[in-house]
This record gives sequence, C-alpha cells and structure tokens, in this order.
Amino acid sequence: MSIELIIGILNIVLISTTPLVFAGIGELVTEKSGVLNLGLEGLMLVGAVTGFITLVITGNYFYSLFLSIISGVILSGIFAFLVLNLMTNQIATGLALTIFGIGLSAMLGKKFGGTPINGLNPYYFIVISFLLVFFVAYFLSKTKTGLIVRAVGENHNSAYALGYNVIKTRYLTIIFGGVMSSLAGYYISICYAPMWQEGMTAGRGWIALALVVFATWKPWRLLVGAYIFGGVAIMQMNLQAIGVKLPGQFFNMMPYLATIIVLVFISSNKLRLKLSAPSSLNIPFEKNQ
Amino acid sequence: MIRVQLREDYSNLIFYLSPLVAVALTLFFGSFIFLILDLSPIESFKIFFISPISNSYGISELFVKATPLAIIALGLSYCFKNNIYNIGAEGQLTMGAIFGGGIGLLFNDSTSVFLLPLMILFGVIGGAFWATIPAILKTKFNTNEILTSLMLTYVALFILDYFVVGPWKDPAGYGLPKSMPFPDAGRLPVLIDGLRVHIGVYFALIICLITYIIYNKTLFGFKLKVTGLSSKASQYAGFKYKNLIFYTFIISGACAGLAGLFEVSGPIGLLYRDISPNYGFTAIIVAFLGRLNPFGIILSSLLIALTYLGAEDAQLFLKIPSAVGFVFQGLVLFFLLGTDFLNKYKVFIK
Repeated sequence: MSIELIIGILNIVLISTTPLVFAGIGELVTEKSGVLNLGLEGLMLVGAVTGFITLVITGNYFYSLFLSIISGVILSGIFAFLVLNLMTNQIATGLALTIFGIGLSAMLGKKFGGTPINGLNPYYFIVISFLLVFFVAYFLSKTKTGLIVRAVGENHNSAYALGYNVIKTRYLTIIFGGVMSSLAGYYISICYAPMWQEGMTAGRGWIALALVVFATWKPWRLLVGAYIFGGVAIMQMNLQAIGVKLPGQFFNMMPYLATIIVLVFISSNKLRLKLSAPSSLNIPFEKNQ
Repeated sequence: MIRVQLREDYSNLIFYLSPLVAVALTLFFGSFIFLILDLSPIESFKIFFISPISNSYGISELFVKATPLAIIALGLSYCFKNNIYNIGAEGQLTMGAIFGGGIGLLFNDSTSVFLLPLMILFGVIGGAFWATIPAILKTKFNTNEILTSLMLTYVALFILDYFVVGPWKDPAGYGLPKSMPFPDAGRLPVLIDGLRVHIGVYFALIICLITYIIYNKTLFGFKLKVTGLSSKASQYAGFKYKNLIFYTFIISGACAGLAGLFEVSGPIGLLYRDISPNYGFTAIIVAFLGRLNPFGIILSSLLIALTYLGAEDAQLFLKIPSAVGFVFQGLVLFFLLGTDFLNKYKVFIK
C-alpha cells in the first residue's frame, strides 16, 4: 500500500465519521443528565433538510446553518416538554420523534431532491467536532455546571434536594443534544453529500446511540469509538474493492454487536455499571412525589 | 398560574378517551400540514382516510396492513404490561421471516400440505429465538433490554441482507437482491380470490382472544398486571420476575416472528431486503394507542394501517411523499403520550 492510498483512506474516514461525533457527543450530554433520547435519527434528518432547503432558497450558508440549528432546538424542545413536563415515557417519545422526523423531512424535502448546491468544506466541521469533544470532556469533569449535570443524571432526587433545578438542567442538555444532531444532519446534507435525499442519514442516528453506550458515557472514548466505527465501515468498502470475500454485512453489524458486548461487560458488574452508566437514565423525575 | 396535582381517583373514562383525543388532535394539526402544502384539508383527508377504504380492494389492503401490526402489538403488550421495553420487534419479525422463509426455500419443490405449518413454526421459533437474546442478557447480566433489543434489530436486518444478496439470491433474478419465490404450498391462503387479505386475520383475532383471556382470567395475567403496577409488590408476593421477563420476551418475539413469516409467505411471496415498512416499530405505537388492551389494539391497528394506505394514496393523487404517513403516526403518539398526563394528574388553572 502506498502512502497516498493510506492518506486517502484516512481522509475518507475523517470526513465520514464526523456526523457520528456530533450526534454522539450531543446524546452523551443528554444521557449524562439522565435522559435517553431515541429521536436522533429524526432530528438529524430534519436538521439536514432544513439546512438544505434554506441554502437552496437563500444561498446563504449562515442562514442555513442557523435554521438547521433552530429546527433542532424546536424538535428537541418538544421532546423535552413531553418527557420533562408531561413525564411521558422516554422510549416511546423518542421513537415518536424519530418517526415524525423521518416523515417531516421527506415531506419538506420533496421538491428539493436532486437540486445541486455548492457544498461547504468539511474540514471546518471536522476541527469543530474535535474541539467539541474537548469542550464537553472539560465541561463535564472540570466545571461546576458539568458536575450539576452529572449529579442530576446520577440521582435526580438528591440533586433536587440540594436545590438544583432538575427540569431546567435537563431541558438544556436535551436541547444541546438536539442541536448537535441537527449539526450532524447539516454536515451530511451540506458538506458530506452535498445533496438532499429521503432518509439520507441511513441509520447514523442509531449508530450514534450505540456509540454513546460503547464509549461507556465518556467523551474521549466516544471520539475513539466513532473513528473505530467509521473506520470499520470504510475498511469494508476497501476490502471489497481489493477482492476480499468477507460479506460486507458482517462489517456493517460490527458496531451493533460491539455495543452489545460492551453493554454486557459493564452491566454484569454492579460497581462497573455504577461507574459508567448514569443511574437515573430513563427514569422520569416526578417532583410531586 | 397552572398547578398540577397527582390524581388519587383513577379515571377509566379518561384512560380510554385519551386515544380519541389524540386522534382528534392529530387530525387538527394534520390539517395545518395540508394547508402549508397548499392542499385543501378536507379534500386531502378524504383521499387520506376515506378513499383508500371505499372499495373491496382497499378494505382487503387495510386488513393486510393491520394484521402484522395487530399481531406484533398484541405480543408487545405482554412486555409493556410488565414494564419491559422490547423495542426490537422489527428484528424479531425479520428473524421470523428468515427462519420460516428459509424453510420455504429449502423445500422449494415441495407440494406437501405440511410445508406451510412448518414454515409458520420456524417463523415463530425464529422470532422467539431473537427475543431470547435480550431476555437472557437482561436476566443473567442485568443488561438494558431497550438498547440490546434495538441493536439486535439492525443485526437481523444485515443478516437478511446477507442472505438475499448472497446464498439465497435467485439465480434467475437478474442479479436483484431477492430470493426465488416460495412454492405454492408455502404460500398463505387468501380469504377472497383476487384480493391479498389472508388467513393471518384469523390468527390476529385468535391471538387477541387468547390474550384477553390470559390478561383477565389467569394467574399469569395477574402477575403481569401486579408487576407492571409495582415491581416491589410483585417481589413481596413471591413472583419470579426473571421468569416473567423471559416469558413476555418470548411471547412478543414469537408474535413478531409469526407476523414476519405471514408477510413473506402472504403478500410478498419471497424474501428481499425491505420486507417490512417499519411494522415492528409502528406496532409500538399501535400497542400504546390501544392502551395495551387486546381489543383496543385491534382497533388501533386498523387506524394505523389506514395511515399506511392513506399515505400511498396521497403519494399517488396529491403528489406528496408517502412518508407523510409517518408524520401522522408520530403526531398521534406524541399526542397520546401527552394526553396521558391528564390521566395521572389533575390540572388547575387559577
């Protein structure tokens, strides 16, 4: 293998993995505060289509990025209202968000499929994704607000008794996660593709969800995990190209299988589970009780 | 100022009324969506909800779509009643189709009357097998069943993909990723000649009745109810929670596997990549919308099946993507979950 080929492959891995980093780091913060949002795929698609449509209509990258982010704020805000104020089941609400987002994005983007645009340079976003992981790692471990987020996710009743605003904290982390998912979608439709196509995120939302568990809720591990997952996907294509006879589907299921194995490993030991997973994950907070 | 207070009097009326409120709210917001798209809401609703079932073909299609939804949702209701979140029905459905369909392909020159029952049996086994994995992981290693059952769905979809592009690809299929058709003996009998509605409808009704009896007349149903309401009370009563997890997972997996086999041996007739338009996930909506009540699930499966048909007609006549059906499904679940709040809390406005 020549140096050029290796650099070429690394380049593709960098470009294709970035949406996983965005969506994953957002979900990580949301889950650290004790909320499981299964709506990533829907959020990504709506973020992708909003950004794309705005760019086609206005031709302005700033507006398109802005509206894409706004779409994430609105949708995740609805999710937050349902699970936090109305205390709905997080699993069902997240699935509803995904189903709704798949439908909404397809409807909005109907007229724009196949419209050509000038894509943005992906390298800005790649740099931002690394900075984000650094920022989130620092935020969660070194700042007071980060500690509050973690306290709320570990035991919301204690956090509430200590005087922290559980609902407000979770609103902010859910909306942060939503915005990150929209950014992931924006990156896919504006930088990576650049085009719009129904269902173009192709299950990356679910991989990002798996990634958070795979990384045992730790930001730096999430970055490494994202590049492992992304690298496996690219490696599969290259192996096929040079004629290796292993079926591609087995590479594609690797991230999911690896996540199950990690999940079994951390949950089989009570202490290990406590050290990795936020204890209040997926448990609704009821103030009145 | 809005104040909420936990309800002490549990209201059955609100419990069963809230799905209707959710549907009404969905229609209300849906009309705005049509307005934004520059379509007349009344005309659109007619195309979406009435014209699809205005002829015998449409009604048959309604049952074709409602059958898998009802069967899967009935199975899922066991899990959800027990507060176990199996969200991997789509994967279990796929496994049922692989196992049962595999039998159909293995004996592809068979004319035996036993072929179809054997396929059904293997479909059920396939679905149940796939559901046993999260059940074992949950009971042995305390692993979160939500995440494992979801991950296994994607594993199952890739396994199906492997078979239809690899070993089971039809040699006479022009290289398309699909298997050869099942023999006639492996096809599900239709109820009316020329229409696609098949005997799966009877299975759905039988499963509904059995479920009703189990929930209301058996100790097992009682255990599920108690565990769902309070896992502590169930522990004090000495119910074996781990066994309940196992049984509910196996029942829901078996139902999903059955639905998957019915899809491939009924309307589809062979194996290919997209055997299910998200039935496994949509059935979760059906189960919630039917309030985990067996008869409620039958009704909600018909309603959600209508959103599939309406979406197809909307694509044809209104030129909007069929994904609009997903918008309605998502909305109805949002509103249902939201209105459940009124079931638990009283709201005062001062």
